[in-house]
Amino acid sequence: MSSEWPLWEIFIRGQHGLNHRHVGSLHAPDAEMAVKHARDVYTRRNEGVSIWVVPSNAITASSPSDKGPLFEPSNAKVYRHPTFFDIPEDVGKM
Amino acid sequence: MYAQMVKSEASNDDPALLAAFQARIDAGEKIEPKEWMPEGYRKTLIRQIGQHAHSEIVGQLPEGNWITRAPTLERKAILLAKVQDEAGHGLYLYCAAETLGVSRDELTEALLSGKMKYSSIFNYPTLTWADMGAVGWLVDGAAIMNQVPLQRTSFGPYARAMVRICKEESFHQRQGYDIMMKLAQGTPEQKAMAQDALNRFWYPSLMMFGPSDKDSVHSAQSMAWKIKMNTNDELRQKFVDQTVPQAEYLGLTVPDPAVKWNEEKGGYDFSEPDWAEFFEVIKGNGPCNAERIEARQKAWDDGAWFRDGLMAHAAKQRTAKVAAE
Amino acid sequence: MAVALDLDVALFEGLCRLGDSTLVLGHRVSEWCGHAPVLEEDIALANVALDLIGQTQLWLGLAAEVEGRGRDADRLAFRRDVWDFRNLLLVERPNGDFGHTLMRQFLFDAWHQPMLKALEDSHDPRIAAIAAKAGKEVAYHLERSADLVIRLGDGTAESHGRMQTALDRLWPYTGEMMMSDDTDRALAEAGIIPAPDSIRPQWDAVVAEVLAEATLKAPDQAYMHKGGKQGTHSEHLGHMLATMQWLQRAYPDSTW
Repeated sequence: MSSEWPLWEIFIRGQHGLNHRHVGSLHAPDAEMAVKHARDVYTRRNEGVSIWVVPSNAITASSPSDKGPLFEPSNAKVYRHPTFFDIPEDVGKM
Repeated sequence: MYAQMVKSEASNDDPALLAAFQARIDAGEKIEPKEWMPEGYRKTLIRQIGQHAHSEIVGQLPEGNWITRAPTLERKAILLAKVQDEAGHGLYLYCAAETLGVSRDELTEALLSGKMKYSSIFNYPTLTWADMGAVGWLVDGAAIMNQVPLQRTSFGPYARAMVRICKEESFHQRQGYDIMMKLAQGTPEQKAMAQDALNRFWYPSLMMFGPSDKDSVHSAQSMAWKIKMNTNDELRQKFVDQTVPQAEYLGLTVPDPAVKWNEEKGGYDFSEPDWAEFFEVIKGNGPCNAERIEARQKAWDDGAWFRDGLMAHAAKQRTAKVAAE
Repeated sequence: MAVALDLDVALFEGLCRLGDSTLVLGHRVSEWCGHAPVLEEDIALANVALDLIGQTQLWLGLAAEVEGRGRDADRLAFRRDVWDFRNLLLVERPNGDFGHTLMRQFLFDAWHQPMLKALEDSHDPRIAAIAAKAGKEVAYHLERSADLVIRLGDGTAESHGRMQTALDRLWPYTGEMMMSDDTDRALAEAGIIPAPDSIRPQWDAVVAEVLAEATLKAPDQAYMHKGGKQGTHSEHLGHMLATMQWLQRAYPDSTW
């Protein structure tokens, strides 16, 4: 019957409480084993405190050809960044 | 290198698309799996990353050969951790190749059938404990020369795998050199053991970079695509320049009387390895080719029931869950 | 003080029993490196072996300290002969197929985990500290091996058959884990190492639960092999030591 174990994407939250971050992939027969494998494969150097696993085929990605329309418009919104505003030094830290 | 003599594939794509693709690479952009890429780029990468992955997995065997004979508990743990890392590196690389539309099982079958190659170096036997030192020091040292620049390769998943691998590899070469230091400072027998290992692994290590490729079309294409970052000769020279003083520090002699500092070029002169031997090893006539593939074939065949058993259980669980809902 | 001296002898013995079992099992598991059925499993098994080797360094290190004759963990591991080894017979069984290896691991883990838990309450703080560290590692070993036994027992007909064969073959080596001799009793009375037979209820419960879920059946057979803890081993151990100790024996005056 030899069918290959499905592929999983692995996300790990490190020691410092930041978001889960994609670290790589692996094969496992189901989600529970994917978590165990992720522990063994991706936390050998004390990298993580929490693991998420997602079947690779469950991920919907933005289309590369849309890169322009999706991401370039935000370039123009410079006022979203704090450096856009000049605050006089006398006002102090803000 | 772990990927030697990778032939680049020609592309029959639209010249305008090709030019735009090359412009992206020249601008230092990363190419991601779902983006358009020339068919030749994709195929060459599958071949190169696959060969690199196979080298990690087959590379477990010569060092694995000494895990059960490591002389202290600490050496045993370090060696086991290192060989385990190699399995991890193989895994990361197979995953990178999989983003290009080939499965790990397909790659494995291509390795076992001889359709895909792995690095020539792993067809040499590890005969003594000193070989664990020599492999770590020379073989990992040579591999790192190639892997560090590959962190900047144009294909995103490959570059990211290399970043992770380089981070983990940093202890591998040091542990090898540490073994060599201990032996070189040890009894006369230990020192002889260390010298013998250097004698046997010197030229095979130089072969890892592959024959001179200064006039190779394949190399030129791969370098333009930034999936090969340096020429074989550049890396080999760098390796010799780095390694000769390290051997001197150990009080060991590099087994090449021609090794001599060349002030003019700012590097060492050295003899070429025997390329006829290299091509025989690549063809399958190295000392351990048959054993290495037999070992991988056995693991694959003997493990089939295990892989299938776990798939069957997972399928049963899914069915049970659906029925319960 | 004769009593105190005797207790130190018993303690050395007891620590060798713990450390030799982790040494021998760690060695067996490490034999798989590079040969496992799938990369993820190759990596996972190496983690188990690394844990066991680490625990060996601690147990045999303490044994050497207690003995006070200038030996260290390496000296004990690499320079004693078979009759001085105190490991359980179960862990020196050869690997067999992957299912056999996993079943051996599970049967041992199901004992090892509650034993370490109990050792955390040892009156000897050095032992309690090692047990606390090892306990976390072994809790994961048990979770993993139990899970795989269940999955393979309840997998395909072939995986079920292989796991049942492994269970039948290994079962007669499980009893030794829960047998107590004079050394065990002395250590238990002193509150240093719990009596092996006190682990029995927990072992029985975990094994029964896992085997039931795995659709496997424990053999009815009552006969149990013993002797490993007293230094009477199977032929297999000598071959393992011949491999493991070769360098230290061939170059006895060297450091590595």
